[in-house]
Amino acid sequence: MWNQAKKLPYLLIAPSAAFLMIFFLYPFASVITQAFEHSSTDGYSLTNFQEVFSHWKFSISLENTLLLTAAVVPIQLALALLMATMVNSMRKGRDLILYIWTIPLGISDLAAGIIWLVIFEQTGFLNSLMLNLGLIERPVALLTYQNPMMIFVAIALAEIWRATAIMLVILVAGIGLIPREYYEAASVFRASKWQQFIRITLPLLKPSLQTALILRVILAFEVFAVVAALGGTLFPVLMGETYIYQFDLLNSGAAAAIALVILGLSIAFTLIVLRILKVPKGVTM
Amino acid sequence: MAIIEIKNIAKTFGTYEALKDINLTVEDQEFMVLLGASGCGKTTLLRIIAGLESPTQGEVWIGDRRIDHLPARERGISMVFQNYAIFPHMTVAENIGFGLKMSKIPADELKRRVEKNAELMHIEHLLKRYSGELSGGQRQRVAVARALAMEPDVILMDEPLSNLDALLRLEMRAELKGVLQQSNTTAIYVTHDQVEAMSLADRVSVMNAGEIVQADKPMELYRNPATQFVASFIGSPPMNFLIASNTSNGFWVIENETLSGPSIAEQSILLAIRPEDVRLSDSGLPAVVRLVEPLGPHLLVTTDVGSNQFRAILDSDSQIQEGQKIFLKPNVERIRWFHPETYRAVF
Repeated sequence: MWNQAKKLPYLLIAPSAAFLMIFFLYPFASVITQAFEHSSTDGYSLTNFQEVFSHWKFSISLENTLLLTAAVVPIQLALALLMATMVNSMRKGRDLILYIWTIPLGISDLAAGIIWLVIFEQTGFLNSLMLNLGLIERPVALLTYQNPMMIFVAIALAEIWRATAIMLVILVAGIGLIPREYYEAASVFRASKWQQFIRITLPLLKPSLQTALILRVILAFEVFAVVAALGGTLFPVLMGETYIYQFDLLNSGAAAAIALVILGLSIAFTLIVLRILKVPKGVTM
Repeated sequence: MAIIEIKNIAKTFGTYEALKDINLTVEDQEFMVLLGASGCGKTTLLRIIAGLESPTQGEVWIGDRRIDHLPARERGISMVFQNYAIFPHMTVAENIGFGLKMSKIPADELKRRVEKNAELMHIEHLLKRYSGELSGGQRQRVAVARALAMEPDVILMDEPLSNLDALLRLEMRAELKGVLQQSNTTAIYVTHDQVEAMSLADRVSVMNAGEIVQADKPMELYRNPATQFVASFIGSPPMNFLIASNTSNGFWVIENETLSGPSIAEQSILLAIRPEDVRLSDSGLPAVVRLVEPLGPHLLVTTDVGSNQFRAILDSDSQIQEGQKIFLKPNVERIRWFHPETYRAVF
């Protein structure tokens, strides 16, 4: 017989569990079925995947997604580490600076894309600045198909501006958990500030680095609105292709297939991050 | 040569004076203990020497080098921390070798020193373990080995034994003393435990409210406390304090017992007697026995002398009962006298 006290935790957990079952597991299962079903064949097949993979835009969007992630995430990681270290050595005004730095987190990604579009478009701030400085004679179109590098840079900048703070808050919390005594011991035992960062901060920050990197990499694979605002169709990414299949081409099977590719990538990179930042057995932090 | 000289060191936190004009010289290879209750400033002083805290004023010298403006890593010191501060992500060997690695000691020399000091502290079988896999006592050993591996001129220890249980503390105390005697280092050791201080130190600096009250050899502190504070702090059970009044030049009376003491022109004087410095007698201080505690080799007897509590350590075969009236004869040579207002020793 269960008594009241034993039942209570399960009762309290039940609503959220049910919510997730209905609104996450069910759609997830239905996406999987959709991905493997095709009108031309009976039962399950890989037809959707073949269709998606053979389309010329797939490899470009995969490449773009990976390139963007590879360019943005390391810069964000370095920036977030730098900012977290700086904010942690502040005595006063620490919270204020943190609030300011995390403002972009409160803005939707589409709005973020539009903010940077206002800067980079032909009538934008960057053009008027260059014009006023006499660097150019008339406004130039920066985000065009002749200028793929510029589009890439604009998207990368917008992403860095928008989403560095998510890593920052995780790392600030993580650094705050490292006891000051370790730094004192390190400094007595001849470690410079840089050596302390490399030998103490980074290894002891592994659990936070794991969380921050996994979260950020997954979000990077799902990049969509910023790219849509700045690159439009000139810079196809996986998530954008999913959207196009689903809503423009009304091919939900293909859309589901790409969604699963993104999921696969996310899982693979999560495992890689976990592997690289593994905490050795026996280490208790 | 590592003589440590502390000159006019003061430290204020806001308006709070943690240290007031500290002057102290620690001789080469001396084992100096800073002893005091918590909040007396002993740890702050140690941290200032280590470079983990900066003084508000004053200078710290090691030999002919002024070090108070140098960062901790350039001071040539080693330290054992209260909570050991063993790096959790490094093995025991990496922890012991950390300082050597940072000082760019060649790998073979590093290995030799790690092994030598691990052996010295009897932890050579633990070299591959992480700190999470060690007991408190083992961590303590790693912390000491790490400090010794630097072969420093000066080693600082901040209550290193306070987190160990009583038995282990006793064992480590003896071991530390032996190891440090062999290592030719000058040591400053912070503790609030007077037994630890007395048993380890060449000299003890008793601190109170941000000042060094007395710096002396352990037995000297015990026999000749410079102030009433030291007298009450050192010794367990503590000294007995009684107030005597002036009769004639150099003679003081208390409860009809007249004692010869210093000649000062005061109405009264504070006298202190160690519990073991009295004996049962037919005359002397009249005392009413309140409590008898047999401690094996002797009896600890708590009495009332007048309205003051007075403890005596007596022969274990003394026949004493609670409620009994006895006379305690103090050993006059061992009585210490303190000025009734300044609480400083008078002779």
